[in-house]
Amino acid sequence: MNTVLQARGLGKKYGRKWALSDCTLDVPAGRVVGLVGPNGAGKSTFLNLAVGMITPYAGTVEVLGESPTSRSAPRSRVGYVGQDTPTYARLSVADHLRLGAHLNPAWDADLAAGRIARLGLDPDQRAGRLSGGQRAQLALTLGIAKRPELLLLDEPVSALDPLARREFLQDLMEAVADQQLSVVLSSHLVSDVERACDFLIVLVDSRVQVAGDIEELLATHHRLTGPRRDPATLPADQHVVTASHTDRQSTYVVRTDAPTLDPAWAVSNLGLEDLVLAYMSRPPTVRDSRPALQVLR
Amino acid sequence: MIEFHLDGRSGVSPYLQLVQQVRRALRLGLLSEGDQLPTVKDAVSELAINPNTVLKAYRELEHEGLVAARPGVGTFVTRTLTNNTLAAHGPLRQSLEQWLARARRAGLDDESIEALFLSTFRATVSRETA
Repeated sequence: MNTVLQARGLGKKYGRKWALSDCTLDVPAGRVVGLVGPNGAGKSTFLNLAVGMITPYAGTVEVLGESPTSRSAPRSRVGYVGQDTPTYARLSVADHLRLGAHLNPAWDADLAAGRIARLGLDPDQRAGRLSGGQRAQLALTLGIAKRPELLLLDEPVSALDPLARREFLQDLMEAVADQQLSVVLSSHLVSDVERACDFLIVLVDSRVQVAGDIEELLATHHRLTGPRRDPATLPADQHVVTASHTDRQSTYVVRTDAPTLDPAWAVSNLGLEDLVLAYMSRPPTVRDSRPALQVLR
Repeated sequence: MIEFHLDGRSGVSPYLQLVQQVRRALRLGLLSEGDQLPTVKDAVSELAINPNTVLKAYRELEHEGLVAARPGVGTFVTRTLTNNTLAAHGPLRQSLEQWLARARRAGLDDESIEALFLSTFRATVSRETA
């Protein structure tokens, strides 16, 4: 399988605080990856490292097989839309397209003009006068018309209202279907990206908690409820994500490839949101003492 | 042509929802042989979902022999699911109604009946697949 983004022990420190630490993961090609975590977890740091806007403090990152800060970095093949979908407020929509055409060798002018027309944006309008949703669509247009192989989007929908959010994701998914590009988009809400993504990375407190194909994650995580029981007595192939106990009952969220056969447990499946919340709510001691769980493939 | 929709709270994975919607349309005769399914691009832009989800659903339907992909054209229905099991529905419904009446007489409320039905249904399914 082709890898579009590879991190090995990747870390970044600001002062004494780790913004991202010991991040090791592979993002396969042709996927739409949701990078999910609470605010301040390190999502933007990860994306900034991937596009080479900042340099790693530890470890390495490769994008399309090259270091993003090297001379041979594939800048023309990687698109990036920063947080709050920045545009130049004083430039018109048409100016943005001209700028895109000048700066990008593979610029698809027809696609850009077609999208702007379909969105109903006035080419003479200054970007500063556009609504949040329109500005996001303009930034996405620039990102798509660049014809990248990998498109990185930092919190693209968090500032948008539900309708604009849906339109943005519809257009993004259409581009994915048309151009077969790989996408990484970050969000602090899994519900924002749940339908759009097929691969998930959960980042909490500067560490990757879990990463993998969403369907595999859903198939291997279960909630077990039953009589109170010590986690040490669980089968070895059940990795406990969270555990909670009352005086009589125990509830575990476990990751396991094998079916749970113990009749004492009521087994239920987890939704993606519950799965992410389980990883987010793990106490820091558990998180730090274990390596990030990787789903086996 | 049918239109897909997704229920975010059903707990059924999106790809399976698409598969089920096509199967249901085939059963009800809304789709018949030669009809085209929405193109991947149309389904994707309508639902704002991942293209791989639609592709996976179509692959599954293809695997079941219900549809066939014509490269560059689209995906078309090759077989319908309207069959003669419909005739069996009447008598089955009748015996189910009798069973429900017995359950009520035994003092079961709606929730208990549903729980009993579902647990029995799941148990037989898991016995058959085991």
